[in-house]
Amino acid sequence: MTIVVSAAEEFVPPSAPDFWQPLVGDGAFAITRTMVVMVLVTIGLAVVMMLATRRLGVVPGRGQFRLEGVYGLVRNSVGRDVIGSAHFKPYIPLLLTLFTLILVNNLMGIVPPVQFPTMSRIGFPLALALGVYVVYLVAGVRRRGLVGFLKNLVPGGLPFWVVPVVFVLELVTFLVTRPVTLTLRLFGNMFAGHILLLLFALGGEYLLLSGEGLLKLVAIPAFLMFFLFSAFEILIAFLQAYVFILLASVYIAEVYADEH
Amino acid sequence: MEGNLAIIGYGLSAIGPGVGIGLIFAAYVSGVARQPETRGVLQTIAILGFVLCEQLAIFGIALAFVFSG
Repeated sequence: MTIVVSAAEEFVPPSAPDFWQPLVGDGAFAITRTMVVMVLVTIGLAVVMMLATRRLGVVPGRGQFRLEGVYGLVRNSVGRDVIGSAHFKPYIPLLLTLFTLILVNNLMGIVPPVQFPTMSRIGFPLALALGVYVVYLVAGVRRRGLVGFLKNLVPGGLPFWVVPVVFVLELVTFLVTRPVTLTLRLFGNMFAGHILLLLFALGGEYLLLSGEGLLKLVAIPAFLMFFLFSAFEILIAFLQAYVFILLASVYIAEVYADEH
Repeated sequence: MEGNLAIIGYGLSAIGPGVGIGLIFAAYVSGVARQPETRGVLQTIAILGFVLCEQLAIFGIALAFVFSG
């Protein structure tokens, strides 16, 4: 590839190692930037939640009203509509926690002083997905017992020689595919989105500083795209938080569905 | 600057989910156009389908970075 730039130093595109940013120490026990963001978000969320729910009234104040909007979305349009009105109540705290935590952590990818999405390191979405995994497996086994749970994996009315194949497929779906996809979806979206922002910012900077003549002007569309995709990331942050709890409640709902 | 075959492979593999997501939202739009009152139900189903389809592209990008390393 011939580049017209008189490259004093070559352009290095952003890649996966850019997301490993240890602040204190190194190796397995380092305190990374991701961990600091996560702790800050958790403390911030806890403080906001406690302040907004301190004086609950029948006529809500401003903070309570906004919080009730979020709560209503999680409780009614996800919990009640997907899990079903008979069984959704015990799962509301889990869903609300997951939603708010993922949403604020994802938004941290855009908010200026932080600008690092926690979920772009795979350990964090993995922990959340494992939580959901344990919940829907335990709920399934508690509802039907281990034997009933395994029996329920195969829908009735199949020819006898198909049953083992379907059983294995469903078991793999339950035990492997679901937690892996739940993790990778959140991770992949935040990682890909942030690397795209990095590419526009670094590419624009490189063109502006090392480009020759008119090539400097190409930095303008690069920076414009950066702003455009920052706005797009807000949409993605919300969508991924919504989708995570939507899928979690779909998995939980399957426990209570009597047939496939 | 060096290219990498894994990233080109990811570009090719993203065509499939792209077409799939397009079909899902085309069906959603025409469904809402025919019966606007079913919007709420269709929205959840459409987003669910979108997410399951997008999953393939996300697998692709994870594997592209694994193989390009």
